Amino acid sequence: MIQQKILISTILVSLLTANILFINFKKETAMTHHNKENEYTLKDLPYAYDALEPHFDKMTMEIHHSRHHQAYVNNLNAAIKGTDMAHLSLEELMKNISKYPVAVRNNGGGHYNHDLFWHILSPEGGGMPGGKLAAAINETFGSFEKFRETFSTAAKTRFGSGWAWLSVDNNGNLFVSSTPNQDNPLMDVVEKRGTPILGLDVWEHAYYLKFQNRRPDYVETFWNVVNWAEVEKRYEALIQ
Amino acid sequence: MKNFKLPELPYADNALEPVISSRTIAFHYSKHHQTYVNNLNNLIEGTEFENKSLEEIVLESDGGVFNNAAQVWNHTFYWESLKAPQNDNKPTGAIAKAIEENFGSFDQFKEAFSKAAATLFGSGWAWLTVKDNKLEIIQESNAGNPLKKGLTPLLTIDVWEHAYYLDYQNRRPDHINDFWSIVNWEKVEQRFLKA
Repeated sequence: MIQQKILISTILVSLLTANILFINFKKETAMTHHNKENEYTLKDLPYAYDALEPHFDKMTMEIHHSRHHQAYVNNLNAAIKGTDMAHLSLEELMKNISKYPVAVRNNGGGHYNHDLFWHILSPEGGGMPGGKLAAAINETFGSFEKFRETFSTAAKTRFGSGWAWLSVDNNGNLFVSSTPNQDNPLMDVVEKRGTPILGLDVWEHAYYLKFQNRRPDYVETFWNVVNWAEVEKRYEALIQ
Repeated sequence: MKNFKLPELPYADNALEPVISSRTIAFHYSKHHQTYVNNLNNLIEGTEFENKSLEEIVLESDGGVFNNAAQVWNHTFYWESLKAPQNDNKPTGAIAKAIEENFGSFDQFKEAFSKAAATLFGSGWAWLTVKDNKLEIIQESNAGNPLKKGLTPLLTIDVWEHAYYLDYQNRRPDHINDFWSIVNWEKVEQRFLKA
């Protein structure tokens, strides 16, 4: 009897584990590929909703991820369903975004940008970058402090909703820019194109519950939670 | 030189509750609107705009001066478009007739205006405007203002997230739905008759 129970428990645990692995696999591939139904899915955050406290608050993180980001995923799926766009990666869509409906630009951008944003944040973040990225930042901007100031200014002065970016252009050079709404530097509609490795969301929904009208305070707080290890990883993958 | 000043709110800071809380007013009116006024005064000092009216600046400027001037204008117009909540709040008189003629019915107008407000992507405003007796609903991003297009504004809703985020968070459609109870239709009709 007891042995039977143990056996059943083992089978249940195995099934659950297999299920979790399957779900994780789907999540890992959700960004540039689709699931079997050619749909994008919202990945869990790589940390708990309250993990970035006291810098970014739990309620903001929860609504931002489970409501705003989820809505971009849902609307993106609705916009590409049954079309050729459903067979292209998100990166391929961005590259020729001027040819696609505005709903794909807004929601595809919304999905890509938020996915990047969650990954370049970490409860163990802050400080300064190291390695090749640190050297490239010094070379491009003069110093980390000067880079930080340039990026912060881009974030603070973006009028309305949008993002500030640190990107790598086709020649492997770093540059700072900002884009309106859910555009990003991958899109063929922006002034300066490249691949973003660091992004800051300055839509009011990203900070209003905690910072209200004080966007500059939010921008300064951001530096405490930047996951430089992840940004370095993305930089090194691009310059190889 | 003359300095622009933040106009007084035409009601108490809690008058629009529960649609717009006094806490939202404390930021939206006392901080955002005030900041646009301050920025505008700083930006026009010593420039060609220094002695112009707000409307002239909105019509003639672009860039940072336009953004701040239009946001001062838009917010003042927005606050004046609102009043304490009322059940079954509807337009009457000439504006009610014009809405029926242009949109079929008040409900059809409400639906079209609500849709314009809900689908404006990012920050901005939805407007009811008039030109040559023809009513039109338009969307404007960020500080956009219908005067630039030769249209006369009659009613607006602010759909920058700061207008509703403390009270409704991501639920913009709920805020728009509740907005209809605080529209000051008498004011909208006055504007219509003047145009």
